[in-house]
Amino acid sequence: MMQMSRVVALAAAVLLMVGMVQSGPVSAQDSNTLIMARAVDATGLDPHTQTAFASIRLTELIYEPLVNTNENLEVVPALAESWEFSDDGLALTFTLREGVTFHDGSDFTSADVVASLERILDEETGSATRSNLLSITSIDAPDDLTVVLGLSLPDVPLVTALASANAAILSADVIESGDPSVDAIGTGPFVLDSWTPEEQTLLSANENWWGDGPNVDGIEIRIIPDESTIMAALRAGEIDFALLNDPLIATLPTDGTDVVINRAPDIAYHVLQLRAMDIPADPGTPSAVDNPLSVLEVRQAMSCAIDRQAVIDSAALGEGQVTGPLTIPSFAMPTDQLFCYEQDVDRARELMEAAGYADGFELTVIVAAAEPPTALREAETIQAQLQEINISIEIEPLELSVYVDRWLAGDFDAAIALNGGRADPYTMYARYWEIGAQFGNVAGYIDDTLDELMKSGQTETDPAARAEIFNQFETHLTETSPWIWLYTRFLYTGQQSYVEGFVPNPTGSLVSLSQVSINR
Amino acid sequence: MLRYLIQRLLMAIPTLIGVTVLVFTAIRLVPGDSITAMLGTEAGLLTQTQRAALESYFGLDKGPVQQYFSWIGNVFRGDLGYSVRLGEPVGDLILRRFPVTLQLALMSVMIAIVVGVPLGISSAIYRDSAIDLTGRLFALIGLAAPNFLVATVLIYVLSVYFGILPNAGNFTRFTDDPVRNLSQMIFPALTLGLAFSASIMRTTRSAMLEVLGMDYIRTARSKGLREKIVISRHAFRNALIPVVTLTGIEFSYLLGGTVIIEQIFALPGLGRLTLNAIAQRDYALIQGVTLFIACNVVIINLLVDIGYAIIDPRISYADGS
Repeated sequence: MMQMSRVVALAAAVLLMVGMVQSGPVSAQDSNTLIMARAVDATGLDPHTQTAFASIRLTELIYEPLVNTNENLEVVPALAESWEFSDDGLALTFTLREGVTFHDGSDFTSADVVASLERILDEETGSATRSNLLSITSIDAPDDLTVVLGLSLPDVPLVTALASANAAILSADVIESGDPSVDAIGTGPFVLDSWTPEEQTLLSANENWWGDGPNVDGIEIRIIPDESTIMAALRAGEIDFALLNDPLIATLPTDGTDVVINRAPDIAYHVLQLRAMDIPADPGTPSAVDNPLSVLEVRQAMSCAIDRQAVIDSAALGEGQVTGPLTIPSFAMPTDQLFCYEQDVDRARELMEAAGYADGFELTVIVAAAEPPTALREAETIQAQLQEINISIEIEPLELSVYVDRWLAGDFDAAIALNGGRADPYTMYARYWEIGAQFGNVAGYIDDTLDELMKSGQTETDPAARAEIFNQFETHLTETSPWIWLYTRFLYTGQQSYVEGFVPNPTGSLVSLSQVSINR
Repeated sequence: MLRYLIQRLLMAIPTLIGVTVLVFTAIRLVPGDSITAMLGTEAGLLTQTQRAALESYFGLDKGPVQQYFSWIGNVFRGDLGYSVRLGEPVGDLILRRFPVTLQLALMSVMIAIVVGVPLGISSAIYRDSAIDLTGRLFALIGLAAPNFLVATVLIYVLSVYFGILPNAGNFTRFTDDPVRNLSQMIFPALTLGLAFSASIMRTTRSAMLEVLGMDYIRTARSKGLREKIVISRHAFRNALIPVVTLTGIEFSYLLGGTVIIEQIFALPGLGRLTLNAIAQRDYALIQGVTLFIACNVVIINLLVDIGYAIIDPRISYADGS
């Protein structure tokens, strides 16, 4: 029949396949190149405009900022060796590292720092990081290795805000005459050889990197969109290292294999956002929303009625830690000191009665489908818990982009969210809780106490006094319950046991891949 | 015949333009845009000027009508547009991804035919026998098992029990290393082929049963023709029409990319390209890919019609009939 030749071809194919199966594991990775897999690829290469975590995980290997944050969220030197505020706090001086070169061989100098920071501040660039650097009034380079930032106020969190790939230093030449979305020329430990979007990225070690390392010849990043396939690839020994996002996948048993799963607490937080007020853009007068969430006791009742640990247990298999607003270990208060962190349904009912809502009300909660993977299950657990105080929740699942649009517009009553953390509490929350903040209407709540605490937290230079300010901030936030903070998740990486030296970072940073070695 | 072909192709142009208008409008009616897709919630930190700068970068600063006409104008010049996000012309992206999808579609259809047609014929000939029952059970399972489940089970078995995973994100093109490529493609093709072979089996079986009940089959038998000849020349050929129709439909569906299978088996095909383009609101890419897929459907429908004429001489497209 006419299919005969096809039959033969197919049979040959099957035989070949069987042959491969029998020849045992295909270990293509006997080289010293780290093979890494992840589900989502970068959306672009320009470090100043690509804010998605998936993009930063790539750009932070190629580019470096002036400073970085280590695994304890302390600021550590990167391209700057040291930094110092002037006595009045209105000037910040960076002393740059000597002998650093860009991947194209040119020298790194203060001119590159000036050009990069000016590029971020230039509105034409479209860099969202600009909003963290607004206190900068002047950028001067007295010599090749010194940069002085003039500030409009003693902006203590500025140093931490600069510790991000989004504030990376690009070569002044590329900014002048190239295209940073194509010419990925940084100073970082790895050099970009090729980027085939949604397939593969090839990085090679930067031989001239100033630091100690890299210890591998390069990194091959593969995109495997399905995390259970990533896990299968780890088990099969096809990949050395992987980023995992879904706790249901990361907690699958790996016994009988050499696969090791690393867990690090994340500073991003899962939260039930409520909106108590409509807050117009540009200093306008906030007005209470036309629903029971505008009543303090109702929000407090909801906070008391929710068993946060149960949310973690049922939505994330127990993979997480109950958290207050501050997720940075050096600032976070013990949760037993926060308002109603122990579930107390009786107290919740009393509060509902005091507010005149003993019979409850209906509330719609928006949820992004699969972002984070646990979102829908969190909403369902909270739905069951709030039913106890007669609040009946309707869950509205939305596609991610639609969710983001509604979220940014403040077009919701309540939302399940996973909001990003920062290494400094001011940078983390100023966007929500200052009068006139960009996300004021998303936060849906403001009062003078929050505004004052934020502002003094920004300019207080004494660390002890600063910690005290943020304690008050955290106490006040949980008492007024504009949002109900739930938990922080873990960041997971999977790896073969022969991969040594990776240090997980609470920001998810992969910078320590420069220290990794392969010891088969 | 040639006149018919030209006529059909010309008739396809309004259809294709209709498709472009529909997709262009639909994707812009969906909330969210390229900027929020790229920045997520950070988009809310942008000033008006910053937003305007990014809109012009993504080519969103012109009105939708103007955007459409400049795009369709370029299409007629052979330029499908440029994906700002991926920094590559849409045409190049499609040309890199399409061979993967085409190969997967060809392999699964081949598997489906090789398995489904003989099963269907034997089921029909030995109706209600053990062969028939087994064939029908196979068809039932093939149709009922969702392919994401089959795919996941396959991957689990391969990695846990055999310690292998032919494609761990290191997909190799056929032209680079055919052996490696086939070892990576065979499992996804089997997954897709299984379900399709089930429907081919059922269609073949019922078409054969219908034909076998016809008078001319009885005539052929009573002439003393050998059963083998009766089946292959007289019955099977006439039963082929619905099978060809089904194959055509399935093939054009597969050429649109099989999102789930490409996701699970990490194949860089057209389906994943489209899915990510939609998630990232990459308008130029979505439009280009949809137009390309629509062209495929038109061409395959045409091929199916030509196939009818080859199988059944009574069907003729001469004189524009």
